[in-house]
Amino acid sequence: MRPQFVMHASVEENSSVAGALKGEFPLFDEQPELIYLDNAATAQKPLSVLDAERDFYLKSCANVHRAIHSIGEEATARYEEARRRMARFIGARPEETIFTHGTTESINLVARTYGETLGPGDEIILSVMEHHANMVPWQQLAERRGVALKFIPVSEEGELDMAEYGRLLSSKTRLVALTMISNVLGTINPVDSIVETAHAAGVPVLLDAAQAAPSMSLDVKALRADFVAFSGHKMYGPFGIGILYGTERMLDAMPPFMGGGDMISEVRLEGFSANELPYKFEAGTPAISQAVGMEAAADWLFGVGLDALGEYESALAGRFMEGIKGIPGIRILGSAARRAGIVAFTLEGAHAHDVAAYLDRYHIAVRAGHHCAHPLARRFGITSSARASFGTYNTCKDVDTAIRVLSRAGEAL
Amino acid sequence: MSDPFAAVYEEIIHEHYKRPKYRRILDSLPYVENPSCGDRLRVSITLGSDGRIAEVAFDGSGCSISMSSADILAENIIGKTPDEARQYIETFLAVLRGELDVDKLDAFGDAVAFKGVARLPVRVKCAALAWRAALTRLDALEMPLTDTTS
Repeated sequence: MRPQFVMHASVEENSSVAGALKGEFPLFDEQPELIYLDNAATAQKPLSVLDAERDFYLKSCANVHRAIHSIGEEATARYEEARRRMARFIGARPEETIFTHGTTESINLVARTYGETLGPGDEIILSVMEHHANMVPWQQLAERRGVALKFIPVSEEGELDMAEYGRLLSSKTRLVALTMISNVLGTINPVDSIVETAHAAGVPVLLDAAQAAPSMSLDVKALRADFVAFSGHKMYGPFGIGILYGTERMLDAMPPFMGGGDMISEVRLEGFSANELPYKFEAGTPAISQAVGMEAAADWLFGVGLDALGEYESALAGRFMEGIKGIPGIRILGSAARRAGIVAFTLEGAHAHDVAAYLDRYHIAVRAGHHCAHPLARRFGITSSARASFGTYNTCKDVDTAIRVLSRAGEAL
Repeated sequence: MSDPFAAVYEEIIHEHYKRPKYRRILDSLPYVENPSCGDRLRVSITLGSDGRIAEVAFDGSGCSISMSSADILAENIIGKTPDEARQYIETFLAVLRGELDVDKLDAFGDAVAFKGVARLPVRVKCAALAWRAALTRLDALEMPLTDTTS
C-alpha cells in the first residue's frame, strides 16, 4: 500500500511520506545524493509512469484512429482511455479535453483560433506575473490583429491588484488569461473571484494551470473557467504532452488550429471540413505514449493525495523561507498569504547563477535566471533570481540542508 | 568534479571576479547582453601607435563567469594586433561551442579556467559574452581604417 499525504498533518509527518515515496523515483537510485528543488521547471517521473509508457510500446504500439488491424484498435483504445481518465481527473468531458504538446501549445492554440476572431478595439487582460508562455502568444496576436493588451499589476507582496483588475475589465475585454500559481513568486491567485468578475462582465477566462496541476486537484466545472491549460511533465508525467480544456461552446465556435490528418472529416481539392471535438484540434499523429504516461501520472498523484501534497509543499516553502530569511543579504520575492511550494530569492552581492552553481556543488538543484518571466523580474527590479520549488519526494531534511548550505554561500561567493 | 584542476580553475575565476584589473566605468559604448540571465557588459579596446592593442577595459554586471571572463580577455589580448586578437577570440569561442578540444585552452593563460565551463551550455553564454563584445569592438576599430583607403 502506497503511503499518502495527509491534510492538516504536521510537516514532519508528511515528510516521512515524501521520504517513502522517493523510492518510487528511479532517478534517485542513480543520483542518491541529489536534492532536487527544481520541480517548477519539471518534476521527476515515478516508475509507474515510465512503466506505462514502456508498456504501451511493448504491447500496443501502433498509430491511432482509422486502423482496421487489432493492434491499431488497441492503441486507439489506450489513447482514448487516457483522454477519458484525464477528463475525469479535471472534471471535464472527453470531447472538451484536447491533447496538446504542453501548456505553451495549449495557450497558443487559443491565441491562434479564438484570438483570430478578435481585432482592433478588443482587449485582453493578462498580468505582470505571467510566464512568457501566457504573454508572448498574446503579444503576437496583438501584432497580428491589433488587439490591445492590459496588465494587472503585481504588488510588492507578489499579489494581483484586484481593484485594478476590476477597473481594467470593460465592454472591450474579450478574454482574461491568467496563471493560477505564479511560477516565480508561488502566489496562488484568487481565481474564483477572478472568474466570477469576468463572467459577470460576459468575458471568458483562460487559466494557466501549469504550476497548479501538480499541486491541487483541478475541477474545471467548479473553476468555471472557459479554458484551462497544463502540461504533463510538471505533474510527474512525460515531456511533450499537455492538455487544453475548453468548454464545448467555446471550442465549437473556434476555427481549427493546425491543419493535417485527424483534424478533418473530409478533404477535397477545393477545401476541407473540420472534424468533431476534440479531434478538430489534434492535427497529425498525437503524442500517444505520452498521453498514456500522463494518465499514469495523474493516477499516481491522486493516489498519494494531491491536495494534501500541495499543502505539504506550501509547508516546505514556509519552512524554507523561515530558514533563509535571517541569512544576511537574502531577499525573498513576494510574501503572498497563499503560496504554493515555490520560493524565489536573491543573495546580495552574488549573481543568481553563482548561487545556483554553489548549491549544485552540494548536489542541490535549484533554478536561476528570470524563470521565463522577464516583466515580473523587472517589476521587482532584478535581472535574475534563484528559485527553489518543492515536490512530492522532498523532505524536511532536504529543506534544512538547502538552508544550511545557503547560509554559507554569502561568504564563499 | 572529476577534473583534478577544478579547484584551481575555480580559484582563478574567483580571483578575477573579486579583484578585476581591467574593470572601470566606460561611457557611451553599447552593452552586449545575455538576456537569459540579465548579464550585460561592454568592452573598450584602444590601439597604440604601433597598431597593437594598448588598452582594454570593461564594465557591466553579471555572474562570476561573465565578469572574470571579461577580465581574462583583457589581460590576454593586450599587445596583440587586431587580427591576432580576432583569431585568438575566435579560437576561444570555438572551444566554448565545442568545435575545438578544450585542451586548446592550455595555451590561453588564465582562460584555461573555463575548461570546465565549456561543458555547461548555460554558462558558456556567460563566458562568451565579453569575447563577443570584443569582436564587435574590433570590427568597429577596423571601420575607419578601411575608410581611409577611399
